[in-house]
Amino acid sequence: MTFDQSSKFQHTQNNLTIKGTRDGLLVKFSDGKWDNLKNSLLSHLKNQKNFLTGARLSLDVGNIIIEESEIVALIEQISEFGIKLWALISDSPTTIKNAQSLGLATRLSMPKIDKPSSVPLQSVTLGEEAILIHKTLRSGNRIIFHGHVIVIGDVNPGAEIFAGGNIIVWGKLRGTVHAGAQGDNSAIVCALDLSPTQLRIADKISIAPSQKNIPKPEIARLVDNRVIAETWDF
Amino acid sequence: MTAKVITITSGKGGVGKTTITANLGTAIASIGQKVVCIDADIGLRNLDVVLGLENRIVYDLVDVVEGRCRLRQAMIKDKRNPDLFLIPAAQTRDKSAISPTDMIRLCNELRELADWIFIDSPAGIERGFRNAIAPADIVIVVTNPEISAIRDADRIIGIIEAEEKGPAKLIINRINPAMIRRGEMIAIEDIVELLAIELIGIVPEDEKVIVSTNKGFPISLDEKSLAGRSIRNIAHRIYGEDIPFANLESNGNLFTRITSFIRSSRGEK
Repeated sequence: MTFDQSSKFQHTQNNLTIKGTRDGLLVKFSDGKWDNLKNSLLSHLKNQKNFLTGARLSLDVGNIIIEESEIVALIEQISEFGIKLWALISDSPTTIKNAQSLGLATRLSMPKIDKPSSVPLQSVTLGEEAILIHKTLRSGNRIIFHGHVIVIGDVNPGAEIFAGGNIIVWGKLRGTVHAGAQGDNSAIVCALDLSPTQLRIADKISIAPSQKNIPKPEIARLVDNRVIAETWDF
Repeated sequence: MTAKVITITSGKGGVGKTTITANLGTAIASIGQKVVCIDADIGLRNLDVVLGLENRIVYDLVDVVEGRCRLRQAMIKDKRNPDLFLIPAAQTRDKSAISPTDMIRLCNELRELADWIFIDSPAGIERGFRNAIAPADIVIVVTNPEISAIRDADRIIGIIEAEEKGPAKLIINRINPAMIRRGEMIAIEDIVELLAIELIGIVPEDEKVIVSTNKGFPISLDEKSLAGRSIRNIAHRIYGEDIPFANLESNGNLFTRITSFIRSSRGEK
């Protein structure tokens, strides 16, 4: 007999494991023939008859394919001991379908779910290179990157960003930024509050208007070789 | 005793680091705490002058580091408060005479002898500044409500973060309430919003500070001075008491706003 967290008791013999759980008995068949496994289960239940009367039973049959008629037979046989089959778990789609057509559950009530963080993410989408800076850039900080630059935080006066691509600031942009620094005319700069000391796109240089009213998200781009900033409407 | 090491720095020169250091040291010593002030501005010392201890100097910081005297011999006892000590800077040498490691070693030795160690940092971001922040447990950045001082404060806060000595704490010195009321001075809210660190004090501009500095009599000992009172309040806050900012100033309008702002910035943490 061995114990684990969820089981009250456990019994193993001849490819057959019987566990007591919150949901009743959990019986697990590993490899073997259905008839043999069924018989050893029945003989075990018979021995424990007095103890198990009234119990509910779930059966995990692994890969074994079981016909509907066989399941019906099992239900009848164990009902003689006062035991009810309520779930049949299997890796075989055929077995699952057969169990479902008899109204049996095909999974336990508390399925184990992996925490999302433990699932490795495989990149399937291609995109362009960017770096994410999740802090406020202060005077004297300088970011130089050949791709896009994304800042979550403020860019204070005296801080500088030079990007080959776009610059996106989720915060106040008050420093100096240069998007499309390698000549990309289509580069953009956007920020929740776009008030840069100086804003450059490709080879064009501009200065933000001196006073703005209420800060609004804006997006700056080159239109006819001039830097234009537009309010971001949504 | 295991002293806390507090470094006062600013980036820009002339914002009042030395005055703040001398007065915070004096004010905390007045509570009955044992305080050592270290002048880390080697070659341009003046903490001794502000404290009125210039004529008592025999040994200095470099003498201790280079082993020409024992630590105790370089600790000048204040003439008014027996719990306050000064380790002066050398005047004839420069910042390269000591290293950050020297400062850490010196402060570790001092920690056993005091409750608080205040280090007056030189302006700038070079060797002298690195020496001053190396042993710090807490770094206080002093700024004025002027764009150039704020810019340098921002720069220095970034360096303090990079050195993993942050987050620094902020004192805004030389606030002119009348000018703020007229809208001619950068608002405290705007400074704190840009620098994004905890504000632990605002000190109003006060002509008496110049007089007291020239006399070598710290303003925090002057019961009547508003600036002196503000610095005493900061000292009590550092000591761990909860002193509301509203007590600072008779004019309710401005300081109610400041108080509410400080509450909200503390609430974020």
